[in-house]
Amino acid sequence: MPLVLNEEQNMLKDAAKDFCGKSTPITELRKLRDDKDETGFSRDIWQQMVELGWAGITIPEDFGGLGFGYLGMGVVMEECGRTLTASPLMSTAVLGSSAILSGASDEQKAELLPALAGGELLTALALEETPHHSPYNISTTAEKSGDGYKLNGSKKFVLDGHVADQLVVVARSSGTAGDRDGLSLFLVAADSDGISTTRTIMADSRNAANIELSNVQAPATALLGAEGKGADVLDKVLDVGRIVLSAEMLGGLQEAFERTLEYLKVREQFGVPIGSFQALKHRAAEMFCEIELSKSVVLEALSALDEDSDEVPKLASLAKARLTDTYNLVSSEAIQMHGGIGMTDEHEIGFFMKRARVCEHSFGNAAYHRNRYGELEGY
Amino acid sequence: MAALDDFRKDTRAWLDENCPASMRTPMTEGETVSGGSKHRSPNPDSYVWLDRMAEKGWTVPAWPKEYGGGGLHTDEFVVLLEEMARIQARSPLEGMGVTMIGPTLLEYGSEEQKQRHLTKIVNGEIRWCQGYSEPGAGSDLAGLATKAEDKGDHFLVNGSKIWTSGAQFADWIFCLVRTEPQAPKHEGISFVLFSMDSPGISIKPIKLISGASPFCETFFDDVKAPKEDLVHKVNQGWTVAKRLLQHERSGLRALASAGASRTAATQTTTSLADVAKETIGMVDNHLANPVLRDSIIQYRMNANAFSLTQRRTVEESEAGSTPGAATSIFKFYGADLRKEQLELQLKARGTQSFGWEGDGFTAEELNLTRTWLASRAGSIAGGTNEVQLNILAKRVLGLPD
Repeated sequence: MPLVLNEEQNMLKDAAKDFCGKSTPITELRKLRDDKDETGFSRDIWQQMVELGWAGITIPEDFGGLGFGYLGMGVVMEECGRTLTASPLMSTAVLGSSAILSGASDEQKAELLPALAGGELLTALALEETPHHSPYNISTTAEKSGDGYKLNGSKKFVLDGHVADQLVVVARSSGTAGDRDGLSLFLVAADSDGISTTRTIMADSRNAANIELSNVQAPATALLGAEGKGADVLDKVLDVGRIVLSAEMLGGLQEAFERTLEYLKVREQFGVPIGSFQALKHRAAEMFCEIELSKSVVLEALSALDEDSDEVPKLASLAKARLTDTYNLVSSEAIQMHGGIGMTDEHEIGFFMKRARVCEHSFGNAAYHRNRYGELEGY
Repeated sequence: MAALDDFRKDTRAWLDENCPASMRTPMTEGETVSGGSKHRSPNPDSYVWLDRMAEKGWTVPAWPKEYGGGGLHTDEFVVLLEEMARIQARSPLEGMGVTMIGPTLLEYGSEEQKQRHLTKIVNGEIRWCQGYSEPGAGSDLAGLATKAEDKGDHFLVNGSKIWTSGAQFADWIFCLVRTEPQAPKHEGISFVLFSMDSPGISIKPIKLISGASPFCETFFDDVKAPKEDLVHKVNQGWTVAKRLLQHERSGLRALASAGASRTAATQTTTSLADVAKETIGMVDNHLANPVLRDSIIQYRMNANAFSLTQRRTVEESEAGSTPGAATSIFKFYGADLRKEQLELQLKARGTQSFGWEGDGFTAEELNLTRTWLASRAGSIAGGTNEVQLNILAKRVLGLPD
């Protein structure tokens, strides 16, 4: 699997860098936060992203997408990660698209994929029910009701759940919480009767919601994939999410590291730049090593998605665990090395640590993925 | 690409025909060929393989043909490595001739020096050792004190070196000596070559914590070093010395080791999980000790990320860019990974991993004890990990002194 970008991917990366640098610097996220913006991202910027084709990067050209694959999506998310850009890319262009690509019927695809690629539809994955990632630990029920299903339960930390048009709800049609079998995925309109949404304001100023489902009627055509076999789709979607989020994290941690490195060169104490102190040099050099290894695992995991390799689950866990540890390390050290100024809200470096910790708990933390990696290796 | 495909086809055919069967098995320590006549591999195939590869210049595939090298471009070199890895062919020739002094002479040697020394390196005729560290000059290498006085056609060398790997088997030494004691420390050093059979040299092996003696102390008592083998200019040896160290840790070196370490990493780490399953046991498909299990998984993931990074640098080279900054982390990170792997072996095996000799232990267990102890050299020899971090901070990150 290739570990270097081709020319097309490099051009996409340069274009994304240019766009994010000009249109969504961290000042934009700060403004959304301070204005208590109801949407939590700029619809105008999102429209521009759609025009650049980003909403359809992973969607095949036949369905109106760019067909650039996950390496393409990865380089865009890496650049968005550098500027902490708030957008529905993860909820819609990554999770929503992959749920429909891997779970939907041909009819559903023909209807939904062009709408996703055209930015006409926002989606959200309603999965978690506890504060910890636990994809099979689902109590939300899907009972047969007439020709369709009746959904009941509570969902937490639904990314972009407050603005989504359609929700991908993970519910249990049989079995008990913890079983992999018996899960079913439903695509339901967010304004369906019985759905109540509470936006949750998070420390990283990014967007999520808690969602209550009370006797929500879903027709049989709302099923994504086979009844009871939802985990087959969900596992794939989550690995896509983990890997692309790792790409975003790679961008964020590189930006935090580069800003810190620059500060070490200009901040003077005792009459010399603090970067001349060995206590800081060694820590910076060690972070550099971890970052180089992080780049490799993200590229390999994105390539594996494009090649639909059997290695995807292992590489998803490798990437998510490593990027979690490295982003946490770098964002914490970034504040420490900036000293007092790093503690202030006025300085931007603190935004990275907030984002790192929320990313840590999205789609499984490092311990979750180490355990999974061990299981995939057979011990 | 077509030319490269042809090269691959030809290379594969040539290797199939010319690589002896016993040279397609994992290297054993005694059969490593580092050149010279003082230590011989007991396997005659080692020399059949060496001679055939040397004739094609493939003991040093990237060197220019005029000095006996293979003249291969980087992409061809990578193909050769891949094809060798495919049949698990051993490296025909190791040692400091091909990895360190050869590349340095290509850059800094006079034409006459290149003619006289390089072919003998390519053919494995001469084994070299490195006279760098001294008792008072370890991490502070430029603090070296071995004195070389100008005596007209030669320097008279007095002093001692330490940690001279393989001095007892070497035919020649490349040696840092102080030619100008009054100058600032970096500006009074010269880089000289001389025969290890010169009168006045004595060697004393150093016994390490592992019980082995891979290093020596080397003493010089009025040793004559002819001036014809002064490399570069007098008092400018530090420039040459640093360049040689870069070769030791450089991109091409990293490329060459990437394939080998990939296989080695897979082999050793697979056995780590297998050992733990055997010694610790399994409960509900997990290793029974959750703390050790987590450490083993963490190690496995780091090793995987590391070998992917090695592969990434190979691909970056193939794509035409110079090996990236990632190559500079290999020595540092690789040494730590290897130490970690061995420490986990001990944790998994318990007291069975501390056998020193005699009954009650398998040969593998006894070997592990020694290997574990020897692995500490990885983060000390060739520049300690702390020195590597200093270099990374300065050269790659651009942090100030």
